[in-house]
Amino acid sequence: MRHFLSFLLALALLALPMGAAAGPVQDILQSHRALIEKSSRKTIQPAIDALANSGLPQAQTLLETWQAKDMWQRKSDGLFFLGRSAGNGAYDLIDFDTGDSVGQADKGDLDQLKPNSGIRALIGTALVQFQLSDPDPARRWDAVVAIERAPAADHLAPLRKAVTNEPDAALQAKKRRLERLLTIAFDPELSSRIVAINGFRTDLGVDVRATLNPLLSTQRRVFAGEPDKALNIAAVLKPGSEALSRDAAYDMLVSAGLAMPRVSPAEIRNTLAAHVADGAVGGVPLAQLNTDAARTRAYAALADAGKAPPSVTDADVDAALASHSFADVYDEPAKAVTDAAQEALRAIQLRVGLNQALDLGLDALSLASIYFLAAIGLAITFGVMGVINMAHGEFIMMGAYTGYVVQQIIPDYTLSIIVAIPMAFAVTFVAGVAMERLVIRWLYNRPLETLLATFGISIALQQIAKNIFGTQARPLTSPAWLDGAWVLNDVVGISYIRIAIFVLALIFLGVFLFIMKRTRLGLETRAVTQNPRMASSMGINKDRVNMLTFGLGSGIAGIAGVAIGLFAKVTSELGSDYIVQSFMTVVVGGVGNIWGTLAGAAMIGFLQKGIEWLNPSNTLAAQTYMIIFIIIFIQFRPRGIIALKGRAAGD
Amino acid sequence: MTTLLEVSGVSVSFDGFKAINNLSFQIGNAEMRAIIGPNGAGKTTFMDIITGKTRPDQGRVIWGEKSVSLLKMSEAQIARAGVGRKFQRPTVFEDQTVFDNLLMALKNDRSPWRVLMFKPKFRDLGKAEELASEIGLSDEIHRKAGELSHGQKQWLEIGMLLAQEPRLLLVDEPAAGMTLAEREHTTDILVEAAKTRAVVVVEHDMEFVRRLNCKVTVLHEGSVLAEGSLDHVTANQDVIDVYLGR
Amino acid sequence: MKNTFLMRNPSVLIFLGVLALFTLSVTLLSEATGAALISTSFVKTLGKTLCLCLIAIAMDLVWGYCGILSLGHFAFFGLGGYMVGMWLMYERTRGIVETSLAQAQIPPTPQEVVDAIGTQIFGVVGSSDFPLVWAFADSLPIQLALVVLVPGLLALVFGWLAFRSRVTGVYLSILTQAMTLALSLYLFQNDSGLRGNNGLSGLQNLPGLDEVPQSVVSIWFFWVSALALGLGYVLAAWVVSGKFGSVIRGIRDDEQRVRFLGYSVEGYKLFIFVLTAMIAGVAGALYYPQAGIINPAEIAPIASIYLAVWVAIGGRGRLYGAVIGAALVSLVSTWFTGGQAPDVPLGFYTIKWVDWWQVLLGGSFVLVTLFAPKGIGGLFDLAQGIVAPRRHGQALGPGQGALQEKEAQE
Repeated sequence: MRHFLSFLLALALLALPMGAAAGPVQDILQSHRALIEKSSRKTIQPAIDALANSGLPQAQTLLETWQAKDMWQRKSDGLFFLGRSAGNGAYDLIDFDTGDSVGQADKGDLDQLKPNSGIRALIGTALVQFQLSDPDPARRWDAVVAIERAPAADHLAPLRKAVTNEPDAALQAKKRRLERLLTIAFDPELSSRIVAINGFRTDLGVDVRATLNPLLSTQRRVFAGEPDKALNIAAVLKPGSEALSRDAAYDMLVSAGLAMPRVSPAEIRNTLAAHVADGAVGGVPLAQLNTDAARTRAYAALADAGKAPPSVTDADVDAALASHSFADVYDEPAKAVTDAAQEALRAIQLRVGLNQALDLGLDALSLASIYFLAAIGLAITFGVMGVINMAHGEFIMMGAYTGYVVQQIIPDYTLSIIVAIPMAFAVTFVAGVAMERLVIRWLYNRPLETLLATFGISIALQQIAKNIFGTQARPLTSPAWLDGAWVLNDVVGISYIRIAIFVLALIFLGVFLFIMKRTRLGLETRAVTQNPRMASSMGINKDRVNMLTFGLGSGIAGIAGVAIGLFAKVTSELGSDYIVQSFMTVVVGGVGNIWGTLAGAAMIGFLQKGIEWLNPSNTLAAQTYMIIFIIIFIQFRPRGIIALKGRAAGD
Repeated sequence: MTTLLEVSGVSVSFDGFKAINNLSFQIGNAEMRAIIGPNGAGKTTFMDIITGKTRPDQGRVIWGEKSVSLLKMSEAQIARAGVGRKFQRPTVFEDQTVFDNLLMALKNDRSPWRVLMFKPKFRDLGKAEELASEIGLSDEIHRKAGELSHGQKQWLEIGMLLAQEPRLLLVDEPAAGMTLAEREHTTDILVEAAKTRAVVVVEHDMEFVRRLNCKVTVLHEGSVLAEGSLDHVTANQDVIDVYLGR
Repeated sequence: MKNTFLMRNPSVLIFLGVLALFTLSVTLLSEATGAALISTSFVKTLGKTLCLCLIAIAMDLVWGYCGILSLGHFAFFGLGGYMVGMWLMYERTRGIVETSLAQAQIPPTPQEVVDAIGTQIFGVVGSSDFPLVWAFADSLPIQLALVVLVPGLLALVFGWLAFRSRVTGVYLSILTQAMTLALSLYLFQNDSGLRGNNGLSGLQNLPGLDEVPQSVVSIWFFWVSALALGLGYVLAAWVVSGKFGSVIRGIRDDEQRVRFLGYSVEGYKLFIFVLTAMIAGVAGALYYPQAGIINPAEIAPIASIYLAVWVAIGGRGRLYGAVIGAALVSLVSTWFTGGQAPDVPLGFYTIKWVDWWQVLLGGSFVLVTLFAPKGIGGLFDLAQGIVAPRRHGQALGPGQGALQEKEAQE
């Protein structure tokens, strides 16, 4: 029975070539059989093209099978099948044309086609056109993204075909954009490339610039005589100019084999050292070889004797440079394309510049909010009470650590932040009141000594924090909804946390104004500020007002600490990082006026960002220049931006 | 009589408030002048302008025979040009002796280098002693100024002013807080000083002004209301309305 | 003059006597010249302390006498150190480079030597070219002149800007602090030309004197530091003793009054500011060769605040107070932070002074400010039975000229 079956099978197998060969897919495979069997990246393309362009519905399956190394060739007749392992080394063979099983075969009778990665990539490219029209939108999307990531000339045609019949509007827009980009890069037709380039003049996308920039890539080339006019030349360079130094130009000549290599001082030295004879080289005694002139003489003697390659004199260099010309040549041969690209990029750069200015403005605004937050408490104590609090930075630090401790207890980040803010206020309020009661009230009217006493407190607090929390940075994690950024376009974006800080700063401003203008405490504070003796005789308890004001200033510093801790590392030095800037903010803005603090924070924030933008590599330098600017600014407005004038200024 | 100081058309305002409004004033050599006026009339601001502490918004301040403008000079330069000022509250250097205070005020080269190399000469010592006896502080000359009584501090300050040998003395309420005997002494010092130089006294106390027996200028809301002898101005109806009548 | 000056200031003679005695005893106890009872490193510590005393005198002059709370004098100190450090490092590196190049067959050209020195010094910041600021690094006289000229010039420019715009009091303090911060941030950059945060190192080795042991070098520096301190003290005492001292104390107590006396306050302040900056530069130039290394962290604003702390603890407005404060606090600080102070077991917690010294310092500083505003120097007054004049009237009373009230207005 078994023998019979195998006989039948053998019969069937013999019969199959006729039947299977009838299928169009198998025909194509057979007609490119040699190429497929050779399986070389260099030669396989016609086979893949034939399949991909056959218009046959089975082509996609076949290519996918092939790519997945599931295509097998039967040794006996050379036909190709989809092979599925059936266990025991046997494989089910499935015909590509019909999709039907045509029986099993032993592994020994089959050859697996193992396309290498190069071939698989080619197959992948060919598959793109199928994937772009795949019924599954996710797969279509993936295909588009894949092309975006690695665009190739071959993608252009299938992509064009897939644009018009795309049902999904968003995807269609994406495809259309990609098609325009591919047109720029790969379309053989000059005019359509230029049209596509011009269409992107107002586009800020990074992808556009990534497409346009390579069009303008250049090679620096050297020509005997004048540059070749047939080339698309970007710029002719003169040796000795800023773009091309004489040395670089000559090195180009040397590496192009157009000039003798120069002998470097180190080589001269080595050559001389190699030819020492009787305490002299080339007739020059060793002891005299400590000048360049003597060495040149000795080397010249060696060169004349043929013991060393001749050195190149400056005259040689001049002559070589004069008889050659240097130019940057575009890789892109068409001048019209490079001109259009340059024009488009210039237009885009202008828009990018404007948007970058906007982005910078947002950055500066957020930095200004941070400084405002850090300085507002100081402005209260410094401006309203005339007390210098050097420990202000440590109150900021205390607020940040309070936030950290709260997060250790309440794991939910949103809730913990909500708890941490009033907690930080409470902790630093108490600390501030304690400090006012114990130290500062004894030192009113002695501002320099207040400064030093609070400095003493500052170093003590810093060290205590170090002893408790250690020196390593502690995390203060922001809730998930504060992660991410609000992105306007590829240039402008701002993280939510910075927006939150901006909002917080606005809230503080509002609260401060409310307290000062609408509450009893504010009224009393202003009264004590303007005329303490009169205020006392009006029945205002000066001590209480001072205490509460100081507590308020410290409490706000604590909240600022939580906010700053969300994006900066919480360390014991957190406060001292901000203290000088905070002082600057208050001083630049003008003491005794919340709007002055606001103006000061804005000025310092924008200034710092502006300088960083001019000198982006170096934030240290930016800070240095900013401080110098402030010192000079103080020359012109010694009392700050918003200064009290006349008698109220107290001079 | 030649004009020593001429102030013309001076105005100054603080945050919109006109402290001095188109004020004109002049004083000659060796003249005593009293300035009176209610609070806020601009008396102190007027002195601030002359001494260079406050810069006026408009107007001219012309000084001396060579008619130099004081507006372009710093306080120290004006003081060296010969304008001495005594503040309302006695401001002496309390941490230093009476002698040191006087020595510092003595007319000498004021440049830092010269001061560093300064050695008190016999003449300086004599001058200091002489001034001390003039202001009645000979016995206190080696005491610290901070240990003096209020009146003594006032005199010390006047003594320092005299030591400066100014051509114009601006004196702000010299008699405030003094006993009757002290006032008389102060009057004597001022009258004596006015023989050789111009003296401008700002004072509230009519009795004191009467004793000075000099021309009086009445300021009101930043400008001159009346000028003349004390009897003349006290008879003026405007002056009675704004000042004396109240 | 000298006689009368010393007669009028007996404390100068006492100070010089104490300093001479101290120098002599350290010399006799040191390893190099005496009984070897004091280690070389402690001689260096003492020498450094003398330099700190010198800058404390400068600080006292500018703050205690002239009323300018400068939080920037350590910047001048550091600059002085950098100036001398440049020469030390350059010459020493040149010695090393020349020795190694002498091994080669071909003698080096001068340019090769300079290039090799440049690579040695600036390799750490990825460069090998000499920046412009090193132009005179090979000349000891010029660098020594720069020790006073560079801090002096910086003080002149900064002081001129600050004083002419009448910035006073805490504003001025904050401005000086900003200047210090700007300078240290600038030096932290690698392209500042002074090796960024690596600073200058190996300064303890004197070029050309490699065979002299450190114990001898340390005692040399100790002597020079003592001499500088003595001279600085005499100079400062001379400046503050005469009429000039009268004027600057007047500026401290009532700037406006001095101005109306006809003195150009700005000029005097500038003079004192520049003079003290130069003294600070000299102190730094002597300090850092004993420390062996200088980097921008030394210049950070906090160092200058510590300087103010020393002077305040010692007692400002008297020169010996500044010296006592600086010597005491820095030596005690060395003792505590060096781990020599015994731990205090409390049962539940052991106080390690390395961790708690700063807390103690901060706390005691607050206490001194609150309860002993005259600092340690005030004890001498007690001993002499001098009672301060108590004629300040009520708080903000009529005595406008009083120091206390004047400060209230700033």
